[in-house]
Amino acid sequence: MNIVVCVKQVPDTWAERTLRPADSCLDRASVDGVINELDEYAIEEGLLQAEAHDGEVTILSMGPQKAAESIRKALSMGADKAVHLVDDGLAGSDALGTSLALSTVLARIGFDLVILGAEATDARMGVLPAMLAERLRVPQLSLARKVEIDGNTVTVHRLTEYGYDQVVASLPAVVSVVEKINEPRYPSFKGIMAAKKKPVETLSLADAGIDPAQVGLGAAATEVLSFAKRPPRQAGTIVKDEGDGGSKAAEFLAAQKFI
Amino acid sequence: MAKILVLAEHSGESVKKVTLELLTLARRFGEPSVVWLGPGAEAGRERLAEYGAATVYAADGEGLADYVITPAVGVLADLVSEVSPGAVLLAATGDGKEIAGRLAVRTGSGVLTDVVGLTPGEDGSGPVAEQSIFGGAITVRSRVRTGTPIIAVRPNSTTPEPAPAAGELRQIAAQSPEQSLAARITDRVVQERGERPDLTEASIVVSGGRGVNGTENFTRYIEPLADALGAAVGASRAVTDAGWYPHQFQVGQTGKTVSPQLYVAVGISGAIQHRAGMQTSKTIMVINKDPEAPIFELADFGVVGDLFTVVPQLVEEIGRRKES
Repeated sequence: MNIVVCVKQVPDTWAERTLRPADSCLDRASVDGVINELDEYAIEEGLLQAEAHDGEVTILSMGPQKAAESIRKALSMGADKAVHLVDDGLAGSDALGTSLALSTVLARIGFDLVILGAEATDARMGVLPAMLAERLRVPQLSLARKVEIDGNTVTVHRLTEYGYDQVVASLPAVVSVVEKINEPRYPSFKGIMAAKKKPVETLSLADAGIDPAQVGLGAAATEVLSFAKRPPRQAGTIVKDEGDGGSKAAEFLAAQKFI
Repeated sequence: MAKILVLAEHSGESVKKVTLELLTLARRFGEPSVVWLGPGAEAGRERLAEYGAATVYAADGEGLADYVITPAVGVLADLVSEVSPGAVLLAATGDGKEIAGRLAVRTGSGVLTDVVGLTPGEDGSGPVAEQSIFGGAITVRSRVRTGTPIIAVRPNSTTPEPAPAAGELRQIAAQSPEQSLAARITDRVVQERGERPDLTEASIVVSGGRGVNGTENFTRYIEPLADALGAAVGASRAVTDAGWYPHQFQVGQTGKTVSPQLYVAVGISGAIQHRAGMQTSKTIMVINKDPEAPIFELADFGVVGDLFTVVPQLVEEIGRRKES
């Protein structure tokens, strides 16, 4: 089984993340890049499914040169090979452009199963898995907290507002995962050494057959008009419980008309 | 005047509050029309009309609810080409955002999600959306410049205001997806925790963290406080990771984002991952025994103390004030 895991390098959540004043794009240069947290669960799920179904795991990442570090980490966890879509013309792509670029590469390299994190910690839109399924014309098994493959049939438990749905579809399919699905492994020393020798194919827009007029900031269907730091919250009242903490909290709630 | 399509969120016949909020926002840009999938439109129509729906497009059919989001995408895409709306508004829920994403691809339109404010552009160029990003650190104003603006708005972004309209009911066709493309729902597992408001819609949320220390303590301390306030219950990731409370109640970066009128954080230290899910709450109250917990930086009111004594006293005091 041919499994492709999409991995995004994002700025570390713990760092102070900013937008660049010049083009309102995410400032990726000034902060450390890490694998998007939910994508680590996607990699783990890809590895587990590959182990169970005699498959191969390919990492696909779109991002600047720097994303090569994250690709190498994914390989050190155990993935077999990687494709890195890297081109200055991709900078500033919105969700529409990103989904077009990734789906073009996915169609080119082929897949039985595409797995990705349900959302990225930087943009947090959570739309890409659905957009890929739409573009690739395959079933969408999103927000999965459990994945089972039996022959050509995939069954997932999909997180809902009220619990979960059991959802069934046939391969090929796109699956997005949430963090309750597994426990991502740490790269072993052996894995780290092995990763250095694993093949990473680098594709430009031209290599991948993507029309440069359809991606990047210029083609984005959305635009940022302005942005500003949110003013800090005003310091509140903090009291120490002297046996009356609950009463004081109730007083506050009453004064604010919540009770 | 351009129609503004609003995808209704409803539970059977009962219209969810976020839909009334979307109708209130939609009126700023054109004539609101609701799209209702599944049964119950007849009963829901009156309430939608009360909040400004000129038309209610009702799509119902065998097995429509049995597929993951694609029937909604199909109905909306058909309507977009038929009525050329000025915008499509949806709730920024898990399903709502995924529908928005697919609709954007299908109609070649720009999509904005997790919008917390929506105003007309100064030059009449369509809606300008306000978003709060990076855990609430930065506020962004953005707009769609290609196709039909498709905008997923977070619940509690505005106060619903009635503005009676005709609410004319129109039945429209809906198709089941092609079988090879279908993701079919074969079972629904409900893990409700009592009759409480929806987490993302609730005007008050009481959340428990690691300090609550166990499932039993959620039942004994967090749920009673929520019920005293008519609130929804939330949980930090540490709690859902430990299995003390179901995953769908998780608030934070990889869970739900809420912006209620009041957020009460109990036994939650306030890591950036949690703050990303609640930082835009209007009023924040904190109960935590560690005075150094970063969550206190957000607190409008905080009690440094043991939740196991502070919470019962608070619940009792709320009860006493209700009676008097």
